Amino acid sequence: MRNDGTVAAESFNHREHWETQGKTSNAQRNDERSMKKAFPILGVLTAILLMYALYEALVGAPTEQTMGNVQRIFYYHVPSAWTAFILFFINFGASIFYLIKRNPAADIVALVCAEVGVVFCTVVLITGPIWARPVWGIWWTWDMRLTSTLVLWLIYVSYLFLRRFSSSGETPLLAAALAVLGALCVPFVYFSIWFFRTQHPQPVMGGGGSIDPRMLHVLLINWLAFSCFAFLVCWSRYRLEKLQREVDEAHAMESLLDPRGSVRR
Amino acid sequence: MISGNPYLVAAYAVTWIIHVTYLTTIVRRYSRLKREMKEAGLRS
Amino acid sequence: MSTPTGITRVTLLKDLRLEWRSKDAINSMLFFSLLVVVVFSFSFDPSAEESRQIAGGLVWVAFLFAAVVALNQTWAREIRNQVLDAYRVSPAPANSLFAAKALGNFIFVSVLEALMTPLFIVFYRLRSLGPAWQLLLVAAFGTWALVVNGTFFAAMSLRTRSREIMLPLLLFPISIPALLAMVQATTAILNGEGARFWIVLLGTYDLVFTTVCLLLFETVLNAE
Repeated sequence: MRNDGTVAAESFNHREHWETQGKTSNAQRNDERSMKKAFPILGVLTAILLMYALYEALVGAPTEQTMGNVQRIFYYHVPSAWTAFILFFINFGASIFYLIKRNPAADIVALVCAEVGVVFCTVVLITGPIWARPVWGIWWTWDMRLTSTLVLWLIYVSYLFLRRFSSSGETPLLAAALAVLGALCVPFVYFSIWFFRTQHPQPVMGGGGSIDPRMLHVLLINWLAFSCFAFLVCWSRYRLEKLQREVDEAHAMESLLDPRGSVRR
Repeated sequence: MISGNPYLVAAYAVTWIIHVTYLTTIVRRYSRLKREMKEAGLRS
Repeated sequence: MSTPTGITRVTLLKDLRLEWRSKDAINSMLFFSLLVVVVFSFSFDPSAEESRQIAGGLVWVAFLFAAVVALNQTWAREIRNQVLDAYRVSPAPANSLFAAKALGNFIFVSVLEALMTPLFIVFYRLRSLGPAWQLLLVAAFGTWALVVNGTFFAAMSLRTRSREIMLPLLLFPISIPALLAMVQATTAILNGEGARFWIVLLGTYDLVFTTVCLLLFETVLNAE
């Protein structure tokens, strides 16, 4: 290393670079190690929780009177929707935080929550019609929840497209701006579809009115299980993204230092 | 309980197919990245 | 002249003057609008009674097409002459530039709509059962909703790959509540029913999104 802190191209040691990447202190190193140990434990716990929730949904919960066993799709459909909404809300928060503080971690959180949110949203949009078909005989209805979820899905997929298609320097800022606009759109989506539905009544999915307490119990268990699952998925995606960015940064630095593109000792 | 109902099975199956597919893409990208890092580390 | 509204006015007048002189964009847009109306008339050939039910949707989809084509070239001239960089270093507030662009687009798209409407009326034998002035209000609010977001997303799409597809890709999902409102309001007025809820929704949508776009435009302009 030269006196001014820059590194000469010939002495850029890749192995050293990767080994010291991101690990600047003992405390940080210990934190990362304990986090990495926690992950498999949480994974196993979540898997157990999911299996228990599945059992409750298929066996433990009482059978619904009018719809029969098909109604059990409800225990996967609704928690997925709630999880997706929560993830999109976190994306909104992270985007605002990024706009104010320009914190790169916030940007990664926003990206991760949008991606995983879209995955859960896709589940909602597919299980919905699968549920609607045997019960109402139609695959789709401009039902409040289903339509709003579709629009939400469209908004966040367009967000992911922006992330993919814009050049990396400005992507976080543009994406954050889009996320804010998208999130502000959500109340309008709900109001407009609500009024549209009162003018053109459609079959209501998911049943209005009160819910049997045992069913509510199973619903909440599944929601808890899926929330834990979503958290772990987000965490993995976060780690992947962070690593990807470090690699990209290292590549960028390497090509800056050695424009010929080959690494010399 | 679930035997008579193809829609129920389909819904639950699709849910997990979607989740597993997404997790697979994460794992694959992660291992490709690790491989890239190893190659870059070994080159110098 | 250096007040925000002054800058907006000057920029707007400059844009209008350039458009008027160049006439290329205007002529091609006008012809495109005519084509859209004709193609739609071939595709949907309803009786006079049915047409009142679907005309709202058809008209606004046609307007949406025209708006997207107009918006796509909204920043083209600026990029060609590197005007954007000049704006970035000038002390002029970014949202004045945005306001000028949005207003210019609004005028442009309104002109297109004004030309397409008589054609639609003729081809579909339209007659409004409700007050026609409300239709103007819906047109104004609706067009502004599309244009304000469209101008913002056009600026965002500038440095993305596939710029032309990025704009509609970003604009359509977020415009859905506004589009629903425009179409429902137009259909309701044509059929002599009340459209107050939709008009209020559109107005609120316009207010919220205009404010947010003005606030965020500086960030977008100065990104990287």
